[in-house]
Amino acid sequence: MDLSGFRDPEIARGLIDAINSAEPGREIKLMEVCGTHTVSIAKNGLRGVMPEWLTLLSGPGCPVCVTANHDIDTAIAIAQRPDVTLTTFGDMMKVPGSYSSLTREKAEGRDVRIVYSPLDALALAAKEPERQVVFVAVGFETTVPLIAAAILRAQEAGLTNFSVFSSHKTVPAALGALVNDPDVKVDAFILPGHVSTIIGLEPYRFLAEEYHVPGVIAGFEPIDILQAIWMLVQQLMEGRAEIEIGYRRGVEPQGNVTAQHMVEQVFQPCDADWRGIGVIPGTGLELREEYAAFDATKRFGTIDVPEPKEIKGCQCGDVLRGIVLPFECKLFARACTPEHPVGPCMVSSEGSCAAYYRYTDYGKPDA
Amino acid sequence: MCLAIPAKVVTIDEFRMAEVDIMGVSRKVSLDLVPEANPGDYVLVHAGFALQVVDEQTADETLELLKTLPFFMEEEGLVAEEA
Repeated sequence: MDLSGFRDPEIARGLIDAINSAEPGREIKLMEVCGTHTVSIAKNGLRGVMPEWLTLLSGPGCPVCVTANHDIDTAIAIAQRPDVTLTTFGDMMKVPGSYSSLTREKAEGRDVRIVYSPLDALALAAKEPERQVVFVAVGFETTVPLIAAAILRAQEAGLTNFSVFSSHKTVPAALGALVNDPDVKVDAFILPGHVSTIIGLEPYRFLAEEYHVPGVIAGFEPIDILQAIWMLVQQLMEGRAEIEIGYRRGVEPQGNVTAQHMVEQVFQPCDADWRGIGVIPGTGLELREEYAAFDATKRFGTIDVPEPKEIKGCQCGDVLRGIVLPFECKLFARACTPEHPVGPCMVSSEGSCAAYYRYTDYGKPDA
Repeated sequence: MCLAIPAKVVTIDEFRMAEVDIMGVSRKVSLDLVPEANPGDYVLVHAGFALQVVDEQTADETLELLKTLPFFMEEEGLVAEEA
């Protein structure tokens, strides 16, 4: 599929000029809540072509970054069981918990393996029946249906040595929490494309209707993001607040109903602890009682997790709410770099600190 | 983490697994979430699963629509040098 049109400089210029010629007569702050948007905005230098009155903020859009220390500590505690093979997406490996990381645990001899897909973890469980294969499930609505499908496949295959540690989070209510946070100043949201592929636009509607905060669902190419910015600027100038889809090729208004049903079948909402934001009721997902056999937190009885400890000086929590820009953190590019990350926003390639570090000169000691 | 890339469905087996072509690379992905996908369709692939059938026609329409922005039309001379 040829997507080069969504990187077309002519169309980009048209949109950039349209945005720059707007005169809203006030400052506008737009927040994206998707790590892939964070990277695309930084990589394509979009902040540099925005008018002075428009600020692009990054919100809590990186699932790894918003994972609370307690959850990372729990994954580590599970990995420390001698009968467990812990499987995870690569992003989670270097994230520091309170006392260790999965990378360090692996170096110390624990069986921790990176997989590309939960299906790889299933295949591993089938191949090594003497091992308890646990998948660390971190991610937003985009990833949840895959985990649900993998659990249903495990059930279908009669696998008894596969389980999931669910640290999933759901996006819309977190946006509500941000809108209600007096420290956070956001006029509109650039909404995540592939989360919306699954959930559609209805779950965001309350932002427009209750809080009068507009949102546009955006794709990931530069043109997609510029288009979303332009649509949001127009809404704000006209005093409208609606949830619109810019990324029409990848998102249906109703979302992926098959995926929604599968998630509903396997998971139920629970409270979730977000790094930097705190506990947001109903934004987590736990396995339903019928699937308890696949729930790692139940399979191994009580898991002994040490009292979580926060990282000294790290401002990831404020960065994730868009209150502090990455380079405003005292550790940025000094004590905290991608080679030696202190906080998760620098660890994950999709973290806003990593994106700022990699693609801009802001805040670097010699810049 | 929520990155998903378009891939073309080549064949589908009896376990709802499809062989897809991602920019020339062949991969096996699950069609559990898009049972309606057929060979020849483009799907968005995320971590071994197809999430959605991508509408190619809509992609073209979006680009055509963007080209009708008033500013874009007026300043055509300006944009030519960038192309």
